[in-house]
Amino acid sequence: MVIRLLRKPVTGSLFAILAAIIVGGVILAAAGHNPIQVYGGLIYGALGRPRFIVNTVIMSTSLILTGLSVTFAYKTGLFNIGVEGQFIVGTVAAVFLGFFLNLPPIIHPIVVMLGAMLVSGTYGAIVGFLKAKFNIHEVLSSIMLNWVALNLLNLYIGVERFQRLPTVAHTIQDSANIIIAHEMKRTPEGIARLRESEFLTEVILRTDFNFGIFIAIAAVLIVKFVLDKTSLGYALKAVGSNRDAAEFAGINVKKHMVLSMFFAGSLAGLAAAVHITGISPNTISMLGGFQNFGFNGIPVALLANASVIPNIFSALLFGGMTYGSGYIQSRHGVATEIIDIMVGLIVFFVALRAVCVLIADKLEKRRSGST
Amino acid sequence: MKSVRMKGITKNFGNFRALDNVDLEVEKAGIVALLGENGAGKSTLMNILYGLFPADGGEIFINEQKVNIKSPAHSIAHGIGMVHQHFMLVGKLTVAQNIILGAEKTRMGFFNKKKLNTEIMEISEKYGLFIEPNKKIDEISVGMQQRIEILKVLYRGADILIFDEPTAVLTPQEITEFMAILRNLANAGKSIILITHKLKEIKQVAEICTVIRRGKYIGTVNVAETTEKQLAAMMVGREVILNVEKQPATPTETALEVKSLTAEDENGIQKLKNLSFTLSKGEIYGIAGVDGNGQKELVEAITSLRKVKSGSIKINNTEIQNTSPANVIKNKINTIHEDRHRRGLVLDFTVENNAILGKQSEFANRGVLQFDKINKYAGELIEAFDVRPRGCEKQPIKSLSGGNQQKFIIAREVFNDPDVLIAVQPTRGVDIGAIEFIHKALVAERDKGKAILLISLDLDEILALSDTIGVIYEGKIVEELKNTDVDENKLGLLMAGASHGD
Ligand SMILES: Nc1ncnc2c1ncn2[C@@H]1O[C@H](COP(=O)(O)OP(=O)(O)OP(=O)(O)O)[C@@H](O)[C@H]1O
Ligand SMILES: [Mg+2]
Repeated sequence: MVIRLLRKPVTGSLFAILAAIIVGGVILAAAGHNPIQVYGGLIYGALGRPRFIVNTVIMSTSLILTGLSVTFAYKTGLFNIGVEGQFIVGTVAAVFLGFFLNLPPIIHPIVVMLGAMLVSGTYGAIVGFLKAKFNIHEVLSSIMLNWVALNLLNLYIGVERFQRLPTVAHTIQDSANIIIAHEMKRTPEGIARLRESEFLTEVILRTDFNFGIFIAIAAVLIVKFVLDKTSLGYALKAVGSNRDAAEFAGINVKKHMVLSMFFAGSLAGLAAAVHITGISPNTISMLGGFQNFGFNGIPVALLANASVIPNIFSALLFGGMTYGSGYIQSRHGVATEIIDIMVGLIVFFVALRAVCVLIADKLEKRRSGST
Repeated sequence: MKSVRMKGITKNFGNFRALDNVDLEVEKAGIVALLGENGAGKSTLMNILYGLFPADGGEIFINEQKVNIKSPAHSIAHGIGMVHQHFMLVGKLTVAQNIILGAEKTRMGFFNKKKLNTEIMEISEKYGLFIEPNKKIDEISVGMQQRIEILKVLYRGADILIFDEPTAVLTPQEITEFMAILRNLANAGKSIILITHKLKEIKQVAEICTVIRRGKYIGTVNVAETTEKQLAAMMVGREVILNVEKQPATPTETALEVKSLTAEDENGIQKLKNLSFTLSKGEIYGIAGVDGNGQKELVEAITSLRKVKSGSIKINNTEIQNTSPANVIKNKINTIHEDRHRRGLVLDFTVENNAILGKQSEFANRGVLQFDKINKYAGELIEAFDVRPRGCEKQPIKSLSGGNQQKFIIAREVFNDPDVLIAVQPTRGVDIGAIEFIHKALVAERDKGKAILLISLDLDEILALSDTIGVIYEGKIVEELKNTDVDENKLGLLMAGASHGD
């Protein structure tokens, strides 16, 4: 029983989290904090009130999708470190379509999302293409394209037609918004009606609660279906697990590499579109450096052991930690950097996951030795 | 004195009993062959002796002492060493570094490189295992790599050596050398357990042979007093026809035409030089030759894994050179590749998913895979080619024994119903019963009017199956013979480069 449990990937992930909590606690104690109090504060800050829960969910939404993007590429044997750049071009596309198109509500955000997916997907496909055609390693080209994306965004905002303020692009139109009860939140009567309920005031009025989480979960389920149940997913996984055998069996490896990066990119684009349409200020500003919305998907995917469904839980954990860190900063005076350290620790211990399997082996040996 | 005594060993994998009360004894300084069909449990038995996993029952004695082997470290301490079928060497390190890897004898953390080299050379000379200690593993041949594996084991002080199918990856020349090495080791007092599917090798080198079948102990015989036929029968449980019976071929139209093919390897060295031959439907064309004369490049050229410089490859009058593996398959050429783990299987997939590799679209309805259909199809492959264990459709393909993986691949390629079937070393690592099966299947395909290109380093296999034999030497077909009454001596000379006519 114990042995079988130890061999499960999820055990490794839980082990990593536990180990990070312990080491993080030592660091907190060394910095003069009471770890129990800080962790308690972190949990309260992430889940303690309905409004906190909603914000944790909002924080996790784009993480689910960027984690999914990294996972998807991984299934085809590619490391999508370009998720950051794909996310950035996705936000540009979303802002552009969100502002310049005039479409009815519901239709508008859908078009924005599809458009951002197309743009980011194409951006990701460049990496796949460079790899397929010229054998350029995806990590190399991705890092370069991340910087290109950052500059593209700044260039975009630099164009007068596109700016609302000198360093800020136009805010998307209301019709493109996916915030729940968005219309109501803009009129005094609507606000008054929401105020009648304490609960609605808390979770709707005081947050950017949006439909993004449902879109993200739907995306996870669709990806799961595609990978497990379709011939396309079969081919992608075959290329990922054994490129040589896939090629020899007549599967077009290059095409599937490009396709995989297109899909991975489009998931990052969806994350970007959800971010833009779902969270105020619903626009982009000039960037001096990366905001890590994309990069943060990498630890999410790692903790999820690069399998599809667990991305949801892993994103919720990281999202909660990030959101809750605001509370422990104001309440306990703990620098939010501690959360970055914790994320780093988790990733580190995930890499040590093999330890669990080793323990399982040892136990198995010992047990059989005694019979 | 007995070096090894395994008594009543039992091992279960889940509900499956892989070993059931198996005995094995090895005399000091003796060579024992362990014989059994694919999946009989040979590797499992050896892995237990080596401590890779525990037995569920039974006892092990080393030098008449009862031992409880819990890990490879334990077994090494008891003087047991194992040379695995798949080598475990680090390509970027030198020969000497690989030998000491994991058993470094250091002084205050430093190697004494000179002393080390002399130590290694001493061992290698003692057993006639000549090596070049400063070459990188990547630069040396497979036969050489195996010597390094043996030296690794000896360096750790092993007195009992386990070899799991050591000759499967060797060329005939390397096998001859290897047999001599085994003798040297035994003469020097080492006890040896040899797993091989080649009865000839058992006759050549082993004194005793223990046979297991489907996890059960069948018996132990004195090799000198037993014929190959008897050994085969013991192993399979019935009479085995060691030579396939086949009718003369009735070739019809041309299926594959290779004309003046020229190709280079990755270092720009010309490996195919104006190579030409023609293969007809209803014919088995065997390519005989010493390894390294262009066989690998020829297969890669036909399957479009390698660009050709000049010349043409035509199937049913369509040129296919320099296209893609997918196009080659579309033109009805299917290939059983010699490297089944690299080119033949996706090891992480289940058996049934491997059944549809490359054909996944045919098993999908509007892009959605039809798992019932896949499962049924995989079941048909398993049944038709006697892949064991039955009902393994949902298991990962890695859990199948090597020979059963091979039968499965052959089944898959035959079921693709190609016009030309290329079989490269199709019976490597496969037991005699299965060899008989595969040989019969290839002949049956021929009789159905398929064109079969057989490329094998095993001359017996070429002679047993081919209707026409093309001798490949330095990238050329130097001679073509009808396989009616071939003079084996002459064939050997041709393969070695003697020009015909003398
Ligand atoms: N880890 C495992 N889990 C489940 N089944 C296994 C495992 N290892 C081996 N088996 C099964 O045990 C049986 C014996 O396998 P083993 O590898 O010992 O065969 P073998 O005699 O070495 O065959 P071959 O000649 O093909 O190498 C096979 O049916 C195989 O499928
Ligand atoms: Mg084996």
